[in-house]
Amino acid sequence: MSFAARQQQAEAAWQTFEQPDRLRILVGSATCGRAAGSLEVMQAFADELAKHGLTEAADMVEVGCLGMCYAEVMVEIRGRDGKRVLYQGVEPRHAAALIETQLVRGEVYLPLALAVMTGVDEAVPTFAELPMIKPQVRIVLRNCGIIDPTNIDHYLARGGYQGMTRAFAMGPDQVIEEMKASGLRGRGGAGFPTGVKWGFARNSVADQKYVICNADEGDPGAFMDRSVLEGDPHAVLEGLLIAGYAIGASIGYVYCRAEYPLAIERLQGAITQMHELGFLGGDILGSGFGFEIKIKKGAGAFVCGEETSLMQSIEGKRGMPLSKPPFPAVSGLFGKPTNINNVETLAAVSAIMEKGAAWYAGYGTEKSRGTKTFALAGKISRTGLIEVPMGISLRTIINEIGGGVLDGKQFKAVQTGGPSGGCIPAQFIDLAVDYERLAEVGSIMGSGGMIVIDEESCMVDMARYFLSFTENESCGKCVPCRMGTQHLLRMLTTITEGRGTLEQLDIMRKIGDAMKNASLCGLGQTAANPVLTTLQYFEDEYRAHIVDKKCPAGACRALIRFDIDPARCTGCGACLRACPVAAISGEKKQPHAIDQELCIQCGSCRQACKFAAVLVD
Amino acid sequence: MSEQFPLETILANFGRERDNLIPLLQEVQERFHYLSPEAVQAVADHLELSENDVYGVATFYAQFRFVPPGLHHIKVCEGTACHVRGSDRILDAISRSTGLKPGQTSDDGAFSLERVACFGSCALAPVVVVDDKVYGRMTAAKTNKLIEDKK
Repeated sequence: MSFAARQQQAEAAWQTFEQPDRLRILVGSATCGRAAGSLEVMQAFADELAKHGLTEAADMVEVGCLGMCYAEVMVEIRGRDGKRVLYQGVEPRHAAALIETQLVRGEVYLPLALAVMTGVDEAVPTFAELPMIKPQVRIVLRNCGIIDPTNIDHYLARGGYQGMTRAFAMGPDQVIEEMKASGLRGRGGAGFPTGVKWGFARNSVADQKYVICNADEGDPGAFMDRSVLEGDPHAVLEGLLIAGYAIGASIGYVYCRAEYPLAIERLQGAITQMHELGFLGGDILGSGFGFEIKIKKGAGAFVCGEETSLMQSIEGKRGMPLSKPPFPAVSGLFGKPTNINNVETLAAVSAIMEKGAAWYAGYGTEKSRGTKTFALAGKISRTGLIEVPMGISLRTIINEIGGGVLDGKQFKAVQTGGPSGGCIPAQFIDLAVDYERLAEVGSIMGSGGMIVIDEESCMVDMARYFLSFTENESCGKCVPCRMGTQHLLRMLTTITEGRGTLEQLDIMRKIGDAMKNASLCGLGQTAANPVLTTLQYFEDEYRAHIVDKKCPAGACRALIRFDIDPARCTGCGACLRACPVAAISGEKKQPHAIDQELCIQCGSCRQACKFAAVLVD
Repeated sequence: MSEQFPLETILANFGRERDNLIPLLQEVQERFHYLSPEAVQAVADHLELSENDVYGVATFYAQFRFVPPGLHHIKVCEGTACHVRGSDRILDAISRSTGLKPGQTSDDGAFSLERVACFGSCALAPVVVVDDKVYGRMTAAKTNKLIEDKK
């Protein structure tokens, strides 16, 4: 069957799926949806449909993630009138009311309704107008939460694999020019221009070349790649195929974290479908280009996000980095020319090839084109996965999209780039987010983790946290990283315990500087960033720990104590029940007290208290 | 023999090239839940590598275990989002109620405890995973109850 005929068939399948008068229930079931209980919700819906005799009349489909993680489990229901309503925070116990209200009576179930997906409703806002959604531009996430990720027809009907056929029509050199014109830069963190990178690998002459999709998303607090792989695997695989075509590689690898079993399952399913349609194998669609994709599961090593380490790992070795040159484009996997791109980059590639470089370059800033996904988490009201045009301000991201800091607390900083990045203080809230601006303030774009920090988080403790991570993940090959992370961690630990000295602040700056200049790979070169940026912007917090032996944020346990204010305590007993070590005593309706001998400073009582009666000092 | 047979079946599915090493170790651990000295020996023999070489690779990666996990395997997420929402307190609570440090299995084989860098379920922070079921928005008190229920 020709591509055009196959596409028509897919269109027909999509039309049936989108047929307005057919009952349909979409359940967001990426990993976070499942963790929130989406599979139990689906079961409850199935039971209710059966009760009403609607099992045959309604489609129920697991879709990927709309990115509104705070509102999981999310369910979209389309009734007989064609109205599509998105519900949030759905639990199995809600299934009966939802089905009864919308599918039987044809009304919107207002207690859980978040938005209508299309059109306008009197009582419920339109999806595209929601404050979390309105500033977003979804290119990489174009299909997530909208299509059934296990159905290639849905991807095809929404323009999928047209980028591939357009690439075949253009020829490899023109594809590389198109990438250069789009201005796309590597979304794994470093931001190297994708088209230029492809050009290097294309120019290497060899009997065998490889392309690799780096899906070893190791930054703690980042889950963009997982969501794309789970919600729209074909977007990434099509991008990988186009990369292979452009550089002349016949084999592609997807190196995916083993911690992402659902993503791996979706990838495997998608690869099988590509084979069935002749999008993999020899001579794809008569183009003369042959391509195969293999999946390699990572085994839990952060350093394997670094390209040379990753290739060592695929070869079955310890994932330790190699010195460059030679660069992978000359000598990479198995000593052959290799091109590595990140998941998000490849998902953008398939969109750019479908819609054209000029369209993509129309978004973003002069040197940072297009969009960037971020995993917005930490102390923020609306946690989620977002995609915004480059150049958007931090203020828009945090206040509009994220809905501001959790519980109305004071915004203190935002951490970008994970363990390789830095903390951007509140004074830069109007900063435009692109590669250059983030670097100017000492942080990096990174892969897209964005953790919001409020007044209750201690910046010294944040630095210590990231260093404990990099110290643990340092592969130990080069001295600056191996010893540097150990020394930084030791000093940060003494400071958080109130045993630090002012002299250590200068020593840490010097060590950090040496690590930046002398480490072998990106892990070591950037590992000191969390320390250096917090020292730059929050030195007074370090000094408070050292000189006053106080943690201003009330987070470092060795330096704080909790007490109950008898004037505010109502004796409700919530703290007593929350205390894991039975350190709280008191009669009902009488002020309670904390036994300091038993208290472990866990803060559970403070969290549990509704009257702000637990004081921290 | 019943213990040996599946190991041989797993090996038979893999060629002898070195790039099969990590997938092979993953399969073996999936089946037996840890890498026993015998299993490492068998993998080394199959790929014509030294045991040292295999241990060198296996110990590099956090995924591989060399002691059997407990009946209930507890994983505490230490991602950034979990950290700022208090995951160290959760880990403390579990350590106190089970007497385990991360990486240990209890003497009676009931529990084992592990720290994990990030599950990517940051919206549900802090997250604890017990026997592959994810528990989100945990507190020290909720964690204690969860462990008590499993005892």
